[in-house]
Amino acid sequence: MNVDAKPAVYGTNVQYAIEVDHLTKRFGTFTAVDDISFQIPKGCIFGFLGPNGSGKSTTIRMLCGVLHPSSGIAHIMGHDVVKETEIVRQSLGYMSQRFSLYEDLTVDENLDFYAGVYGLSKEVRNRRKEDLILMANLEGKEKKLAGTLSGGWKQRLALGCALIHKPELLILDEPTAGVDPVSRRVFWEIIHALSRQGITILVTTHYMDEAESCDLVSFILDGRIIDHDTPQNLIAGEAGARNLEDVFIHRVEQVTGRAVSGTFKEMRFIHEK
Amino acid sequence: MRSRETAGKAPRRGLFSWKRFTAIVKKEFIQVRRDRISMMMPIMMPIVMMFLFGYAVNTEVDQVPTAVLDLNRTAESRAFIEHFSASGYFRIDGYVGNEQEIQDAVNADVIKVGLIIPADFDRKIQRGEVVAPQLIVDGTDPTTARTAFNSGMLVSEMATRELLNERLSRMGGLALKSPSVRVTAKIWFNPEMQSVRFTIPALIGLILQNITLMLTAFALVREKERSTIEQLIVTPIRSFELIMGKLIPYVAIGYLGFLFALSICMFWFGIPVAGSLPLLLSIGFLFVLCSLAMGMLISTFARTQLQAMMAMVFVLLPSILLSGFIFPREAMPPFIAAIGYAIPLTYFLEILRGIVLKGVGMQFLWKNTLMLGGFTLVILSLAILRFRKSLD
Repeated sequence: MNVDAKPAVYGTNVQYAIEVDHLTKRFGTFTAVDDISFQIPKGCIFGFLGPNGSGKSTTIRMLCGVLHPSSGIAHIMGHDVVKETEIVRQSLGYMSQRFSLYEDLTVDENLDFYAGVYGLSKEVRNRRKEDLILMANLEGKEKKLAGTLSGGWKQRLALGCALIHKPELLILDEPTAGVDPVSRRVFWEIIHALSRQGITILVTTHYMDEAESCDLVSFILDGRIIDHDTPQNLIAGEAGARNLEDVFIHRVEQVTGRAVSGTFKEMRFIHEK
Repeated sequence: MRSRETAGKAPRRGLFSWKRFTAIVKKEFIQVRRDRISMMMPIMMPIVMMFLFGYAVNTEVDQVPTAVLDLNRTAESRAFIEHFSASGYFRIDGYVGNEQEIQDAVNADVIKVGLIIPADFDRKIQRGEVVAPQLIVDGTDPTTARTAFNSGMLVSEMATRELLNERLSRMGGLALKSPSVRVTAKIWFNPEMQSVRFTIPALIGLILQNITLMLTAFALVREKERSTIEQLIVTPIRSFELIMGKLIPYVAIGYLGFLFALSICMFWFGIPVAGSLPLLLSIGFLFVLCSLAMGMLISTFARTQLQAMMAMVFVLLPSILLSGFIFPREAMPPFIAAIGYAIPLTYFLEILRGIVLKGVGMQFLWKNTLMLGGFTLVILSLAILRFRKSLD
């Protein structure tokens, strides 16, 4: 489905941070991503939602220039991800759900390494490190091995590593999976703060409360985008939906033709029926 | 974070970045330094392997346990037995009363050789007739059996001739003449034919290969296992920078192990380098690069350290068996020996033994060195190409 969603709040003359045009990725006979198109305005928090295996990660990998699309084009900050991969990579920060940190390096050394990888000078690096350690609440932990940090700290250090080169686009792949509720809140506060500074954010998540705080969300199912709008519009447009989770489950039911249990409360009594 | 300092001046694609390269080198060095096993490897591996192979692997057989069945019991038979024990190859452990006892002792693995002297031994000697003492050899272990058999024949021949001569001269006759054609044999490079001199220099090559292969194979696989590679591939890093940057610390460690093994060879086992030491050190460096490339190649296939370990067995085993490290390549069937030519260690062993034992120089070793260089180039390019693909 091809939805040109451009919420009114962003105006019409804004340049897009992400532009995806008829993007398709096939692995043999299997089509992982099937002719998707969307545009994400700059400075937007974009929630990319969908069940596991729906094509989210494949799309992200194409946007990062890691996978080559079978057909279609994608632009990041106006740069073609296939032809200008190096520029695209320099302008995006990526954080995977596994917080790919070097656990045998300290907090400082992890940041230093990624600073070096993005070719930062020493002065810039030291200034940024100070900012990021402050942002991630990692003061006093600079000399600790990353492996000894607990989940929330690791997550924020990984975010710091992804931000060290001041990317214009931040891609977060399930950044809050396996993190406690408090760390989840702290993390999303940082995300919103970054967005206010003009950084565009693409985030995938299975937490619908997180998704509701996005400016724009897309549902992807079986490699196709079936919805692309603001969370408010999606909830309002779905009869009987109280929240984004209801919308998500309705959509999956519609497409797969199978009913999903309504609420978790109902599940408690499944065996007693 | 309001400004966009870096976005505009992104490096162009295809440019080697010194900053990215050094960032990787630095990171690898820190990781190696924190990893105790990697740090111990260049010290422990040479010590353990050199002492194991230096002392346990010994193909020189002497003092073979022997039992004697002397049915003659005369001065002649005793003199004959004396020749056996004096030769050093046989150790007379005891005398038995019948053949069955020899059989039992062999079965019980108490003796390896039985010597049976017939009852008419002295009479036949006196008559100048052919005497036929019997040597029974336990053939379970061919190395021991072959040595026992060959030296037994030799000792027995010499002993009988001496006994005959003695008798003839006592009778006032002429001593039996030795055959008129006599080969004068001279053994070069290892005159005492010590197997240590054959094994230890070759071990330097094997150790060098093991250390570098293991460390490099694990280095990249570790990034895959901990999924840090996912993060790396979305950065502007080029695979050439990544591979080269990761190799540097292992070049250092592998070479350190090589130097250490060489010192043990020279100063502990007292095997000096007969040829040019600088030449050995430079070709050794080439071989470090070659082993690194092999390790890299393995790590592009393996997804876990366990898989890398199994792949390594497939490299290490043939390089121990087919390279001529212990088993002479001359004895292999041509087909098997040909496989040995596909193993870089084969060439390096010839170079090692050439320089250390024979003392020869480049005029004899250039072919092997060229092959080694060729292997390094091909394997390294293959590793880089495969690595680039495995990132996709």
